[in-house]
Amino acid sequence: AAGMFLRLLSDVRWRAANPKWRRMTCSRRSTSSTAEPHPVSLPAQAQVVICGGGIMGTSVAYHLSKMGWRDIVLLEQGRLAAGTTRFCAGIVSTARHVSVELKMADYSNKLYQQLEQETGVKTGYVKTGSISLAQTQDRLISLKRIASSLNVMGIPCEIITPKQVAQLHPLINIHDLVGAMYVPEDALVSSANVSLALATAASRNGVQIHERTSVSHVSVQKGRVTGVETDRGQIQCQYFVNCAGQWAYELGHSGEEPVNIPLHACEHFYLLTHPLKEPLASNLPTIVDPDGRIYIRNWQGGILSGGFEKNPKPLFTEGRNQLEIQNLQEDWDHFEPLLSALLRRMPDLEALQIMQLVNCPESFTPDMRCIMGESPTVRGYFVLAGMNSAGISYGGGAGKYLAEWMVNGYPSENVWPLDLKRFGTLQSSRTFLRHRVMEVMPLMCDLKVPRWDFQTGRQLRTSPLYDRLDAQGARWMEKHGFERVKYFVPPGKDLLDLDQSKTFYKPDWFDIVGSEVKCCKEAVCVIDMSSFTKFEISSTGDQALENLQYLFSNDLDVPVGHVVHTGMLNEKGGYENDCSIARLSKRSFFMISPTDQQVHCWAWLKNRLPNDSTLTMEDVTWKYTALNLIGPRAVDVLSELSYAPITPEHFPSLFCKEMSVGYANGIRVMSITHTGEPGFMLYIPIEYALHVYNEVMNMGQKYGIRNAGYYALRSLRIEKFFAFWGQDLDAFTTPMECGREFQVKLEKGMQFVGQEALLEQKQNGVYKRFTMFILEDHDTDMDLWPWWGEPIFRNGQYVGKTTSSAYSYTLERHVCLGFVQHFDEKTGEELVVTTDFINQGEYEIDIAGQRFQAKAKLYPFSSLFTHRRRKDEVELSGYQRE
Amino acid sequence: FYLTPPQVNSILKANEYSFKVPEFDGKNVSSVLGFDSNQLPANAPIEDRRSAATCLQTRGMLLGVFDGHAGCACAQAVSERLFYYIAVSLLPHETLLEIENAVESGRALLPILQWHKHPNDYFSKEASKLYFNSLRTYWQELIDLNSGETTDVKEALINAFKRLDNDISLEAQVGDPNSFLNYLVLRVAFSGATACVAHVDGVDLHIANTGDSRAMLGVQEEDGSWSAVNLSYDHNAQNEHEVERVKMEHPKSEEKSLVKQDRLLGLLMPFRAFGDVKFKWSIELQKRVVESGPDQLNDNEYTKFIPPNYHTPPYLTAEPEVIHHKLRPQDKFLVLATDGLWETMHRQDVARVVGEYLTGVHHQQPIAVGGYKVTLGQMHGLLTERRARISSVFEDQNAATHLIRHAVGNNEFGTVDHERLSKMLSLPEELARMYRDDITIIVVQFNSHVIGACQNEE
Repeated sequence: AAGMFLRLLSDVRWRAANPKWRRMTCSRRSTSSTAEPHPVSLPAQAQVVICGGGIMGTSVAYHLSKMGWRDIVLLEQGRLAAGTTRFCAGIVSTARHVSVELKMADYSNKLYQQLEQETGVKTGYVKTGSISLAQTQDRLISLKRIASSLNVMGIPCEIITPKQVAQLHPLINIHDLVGAMYVPEDALVSSANVSLALATAASRNGVQIHERTSVSHVSVQKGRVTGVETDRGQIQCQYFVNCAGQWAYELGHSGEEPVNIPLHACEHFYLLTHPLKEPLASNLPTIVDPDGRIYIRNWQGGILSGGFEKNPKPLFTEGRNQLEIQNLQEDWDHFEPLLSALLRRMPDLEALQIMQLVNCPESFTPDMRCIMGESPTVRGYFVLAGMNSAGISYGGGAGKYLAEWMVNGYPSENVWPLDLKRFGTLQSSRTFLRHRVMEVMPLMCDLKVPRWDFQTGRQLRTSPLYDRLDAQGARWMEKHGFERVKYFVPPGKDLLDLDQSKTFYKPDWFDIVGSEVKCCKEAVCVIDMSSFTKFEISSTGDQALENLQYLFSNDLDVPVGHVVHTGMLNEKGGYENDCSIARLSKRSFFMISPTDQQVHCWAWLKNRLPNDSTLTMEDVTWKYTALNLIGPRAVDVLSELSYAPITPEHFPSLFCKEMSVGYANGIRVMSITHTGEPGFMLYIPIEYALHVYNEVMNMGQKYGIRNAGYYALRSLRIEKFFAFWGQDLDAFTTPMECGREFQVKLEKGMQFVGQEALLEQKQNGVYKRFTMFILEDHDTDMDLWPWWGEPIFRNGQYVGKTTSSAYSYTLERHVCLGFVQHFDEKTGEELVVTTDFINQGEYEIDIAGQRFQAKAKLYPFSSLFTHRRRKDEVELSGYQRE
Repeated sequence: FYLTPPQVNSILKANEYSFKVPEFDGKNVSSVLGFDSNQLPANAPIEDRRSAATCLQTRGMLLGVFDGHAGCACAQAVSERLFYYIAVSLLPHETLLEIENAVESGRALLPILQWHKHPNDYFSKEASKLYFNSLRTYWQELIDLNSGETTDVKEALINAFKRLDNDISLEAQVGDPNSFLNYLVLRVAFSGATACVAHVDGVDLHIANTGDSRAMLGVQEEDGSWSAVNLSYDHNAQNEHEVERVKMEHPKSEEKSLVKQDRLLGLLMPFRAFGDVKFKWSIELQKRVVESGPDQLNDNEYTKFIPPNYHTPPYLTAEPEVIHHKLRPQDKFLVLATDGLWETMHRQDVARVVGEYLTGVHHQQPIAVGGYKVTLGQMHGLLTERRARISSVFEDQNAATHLIRHAVGNNEFGTVDHERLSKMLSLPEELARMYRDDITIIVVQFNSHVIGACQNEE
């Protein structure tokens, strides 16, 4: 009979107008006695179906309806805001490392602040501020970096002393602290109520909300969403939004056309206590003690404290519904280290009485960033999930960006770091996820230092040369599952252990990379760059050329054997991809893109190329091993191996030829190196990889050849002012803004995507400009190293942020690349950035609060000395992201 | 005064011994994987003894714990001799003949037992000849008696126990020309010892028990939890059957004086024991032996003292109660221990502690606060203790040591409290016996695979 009753209840349509809704949602487990069934059947169709009634689903519904979309149905398997949202700690914190995350959190904070006024629903919003504690100097540096970012965004924030901490919070033991960061505008909310407030507003705007309705799968036809199947019937729709939280992975895999959403839940514990004898003030700042791995906020006069333990417990959601997740067991033994940390931080709490240990599962992603955007395989299938336990902080902003994405076709910020398409099928193995989230969750509290690599889920994609290189001392990093060499440790030399090597200062590999760079400059080096994404596009007639001419900004109608650097732009002229395309024949093209473009670029082209059997596109990434021969002697090595003339007359820059190397035939040799140094890229069918590598190394011996890694490559490309996509370039950067007008066919009278936007920029000027900075008074040995994201100051005014940096062994200086904007001093309005504006300024780069003088440059050094080099020979491209 | 954890460990581990049954072809074909044993003295010197040996002429393994009283002489003698008596009782006629012929013709004897001894477990060199002669007399009688029937283990155990006790009694009555030996046999006879012996052969487990040591089987339930099955009955005043038995054996007139203050004749805790001729011999015999005995014996108030209400001896027997158990795959281990352990720990806790130790899995009840009033500090203390309990497992390489650590160091939460452990172990000799008894433990681990296979064959 009980089951019967439940089924009846599932027909209750959630309505804002229903005065009982608060009671229903507050006493979830006894709802059966208070709710009156109002069976409302599901609509047969809607424009948008959102699955998930947590903070994400309600935020998307809220923002979509605000933007004018009304035909929206939100489905929730259990009760609104009763999953992770209900149990989360309700801390709104803007202290984030990644810029777009910081912006989302800032927006969320501002949204929640006025939400109660807007909706009449009590959200429990209290501006308490937050204090992040540092027990070590390194932690303090990390906090200072965040503080710099917050300050230039206009978010009040200051670095304070332990004494000041004690003044702000009466219970804290400050004896082991070296400092702290205070963000006074951070807030606390009741997350379930925020979610209900968003639902209320959405509902008023016409969004239909149905509780106790589970989506079983999403129907897809011809690569587009057509509807959803639920346990209460079918709804036809054009858009589906998967906001199913920890169930998102499962839901993504439930349809015929699987959508990979790589996330995995872990159990997460926090403690609730009874009030203190003298109840804590409700506006007492929230404490984050990352070195103790805990957070502490006030809660109804007592405290709420949880953390991110070193040994997380992954959790399977398969076959578990919301109610089961709500009833997960407390595990005090597991919580013990966090309780110890809490009592060490606030010893006076010893006598405080325990109310409850809450087990609130959170979902984590492979790179600790949330997942947002449209599926690369199913159009109209959007995702917003995997919040890595920052759902409340991101909820508002993430919902807004996704709504913009759906309504406008793109969000108002660069969300590539969060884009679902940064992942592919390779990240969706359960085993991989399980292992990786066990690394990610503890990482929440670990120090975030430059050049950090994940240790789990490694050695998935490797080059055929992996073992050879590894035996020669290769140290590896991973990109999109592909192992790439950072540098080679010479025999007999030892580097620090992984944990000890974490530093914000000069790293232990400094001299190793220095000697690799030197070898690139003076002799020849070989770098395995097999991870790059490689597509072949060909057609029976001219379709390939015609279509590519429209989709790419540079002129691809070049003689066969030429290589063209070109952007793949969006309508706003921004880089969706930056690639090199070789014309193999009249009708076929070989396209090389950054490693992590494999999914995004494929989807972008698939969606825009005509569905025509005469035009084929193939992902040949796995078919070729790529060796980059860099250095002045590369030409000697190659000519000896191929018995073919390779001199610049026969093999000019930006050229592509199939030739034999050693015994192996059909090697695609291109005269590019992605660094501005002389040399060649060899694209080798994988079965020849070892042979060619051996031949190159043997032959190269007399020219002083050696292996090199990506760190050397990066140093070379940055000192040559090469931007690369994903790091410096993104969908919001145009060729005009980074000095690449020469890579755009504006004058050729051809239509291409982004043309109008570029023409307008050409006429009116640009609002930001890619600039190179040489640090002047920076001591490489003693000072903090720049990384990326450092604020740039011009004449004392904030003008932008760096996007990448490296030590230039040639200049013996640090080089930072970044964008300079021009804000009106009075109004803050963005003004056109001119060459004069760049050149006539005194610059400083802020590294963790310390400012270093810098010289700004708009052209690389090499071009000063090689005036006569033809413009189109100047390579201005580079790929990999750090 | 405070012992550091390493000091505590060195005390606890001083007597620990482990034996692993050797493998053949990488396989252990025995139903026993091995055993851990240990003992912790409270008396000085310790009065407990232990023995373990593999029968070489028959199959099976023998393990036993012996709790001496009124000195350690009897326990020592029983620990040296009992297994030979059992082994001989189990031998087939042909083997007995072969052995007798070898002795007769001065050839090398077939080895009967392979002992598994800790260096501290000693055998008396002086008495070995005497003991051997008694044993030889026993097997000669067995040869003469040749019943032609196959030996029943239960019967063999009972016979061996009774025969050894009889020999102890006789040797004391006869005396020995060597004054040292003469004194020794008297000390053996006038002191006492309980014995709890296990004989394991394939799936057949026999426990022969005399006195208040105890054998307990550790059984793993299907849900992984541990339960205890008793494989012996204590022979003491708490055992109604035993009290009944004693009363049956004596006239009704003595009914009231037989058991006083839970002791036999108001004196002896165990109701069955080896030695203790003061409860077995007639008053005349006792007086004669004491008077003709060496001066030391004569000066000893205890030996001269006749128990009150001593009318119809013997009051005490060494005859064991034998329990046969067919091992099942869920029977994971056997604990033999003297009463020093059972006084401090409930058998259910023993089963859990050993079971968790052996499997390395800790079925600690998860803590739930529920409606209780618990402060953060209390919870923290409790969690730290639970953590210590887990870590203490890894300190011990020996299940018996681990059990002793719990027996001595357990606090009210059932976790090992180092402070308590340190206090208990640093008690001066004269006080130690007041707080704890000698503890001797053997933990035998069974081979579930072999047992499962045997079971299937049957």
